Amino acid sequence: MLIATIQAALSDADLLELRTALVQQVVRNRSSGVIVDVTAMDVMDSFASRTLLEISHMIRLRGAATVIVGIQPEVAFAMVQLGLTLEDIPTALDLEEGLAYLQQKARSIN
Amino acid sequence: MAADTQILIASDKDVVTARQQGRAVALQTGFSMGEATLIATAISELARNIVSYANQGSVTLKPVRGSNGASGLTIVASDSGPGITDINLALRDGYSSSGGLGLGLPGVRRLMDEFDIVSRVGGGTTVTVTKWLA
Repeated sequence: MLIATIQAALSDADLLELRTALVQQVVRNRSSGVIVDVTAMDVMDSFASRTLLEISHMIRLRGAATVIVGIQPEVAFAMVQLGLTLEDIPTALDLEEGLAYLQQKARSIN
Repeated sequence: MAADTQILIASDKDVVTARQQGRAVALQTGFSMGEATLIATAISELARNIVSYANQGSVTLKPVRGSNGASGLTIVASDSGPGITDINLALRDGYSSSGGLGLGLPGVRRLMDEFDIVSRVGGGTTVTVTKWLA
């Protein structure tokens, strides 16, 4: 299991770097699940959403699952107004719930 | 009323600076954390459009007062880039000329109370949006 915690507001370049680093780590560690904790993200705009979608799709192609945790209520409100849904990426309230989701998913496969 | 703040936009780091300053000014103006996040999100989209399409420009934050006495915040995102050929198309959900999600301008319009765009091909683009305190 891989956990990526975003610590501060991310620029577009930071987001792309995160995408590269995460996919590399998933390959290196043969991770089956990835949690991206976005609690500290100030804004989830169209670029951030698209990058998270790409991360989740790339990781899925490696046979692993991604769950996004910690989207703040006001950030969620702004995302919906903007028209962003994160489509098919599973989300969970916090790290604990994200872990529970991935563990349950791993169990259902085995 | 507080003075205007202008932020020069020339890179993706400036996009972050603009939205953070925008949030700070919105909170000073009296907006709630939720509304300030809507405003910061709109600024992020507008500032990114400047970097993506025009390379550089500016975002100006203007605390304003309406004719009915209500306080508000106006954001002017301006560049002298290539301009928009078809504004109606650019305002349509899902349309993007840059491979993006195509939610930028129509999304910003939904986030804010007032939305105005002036663009001339070869003459740049100015988007002016305002959010009023309820």
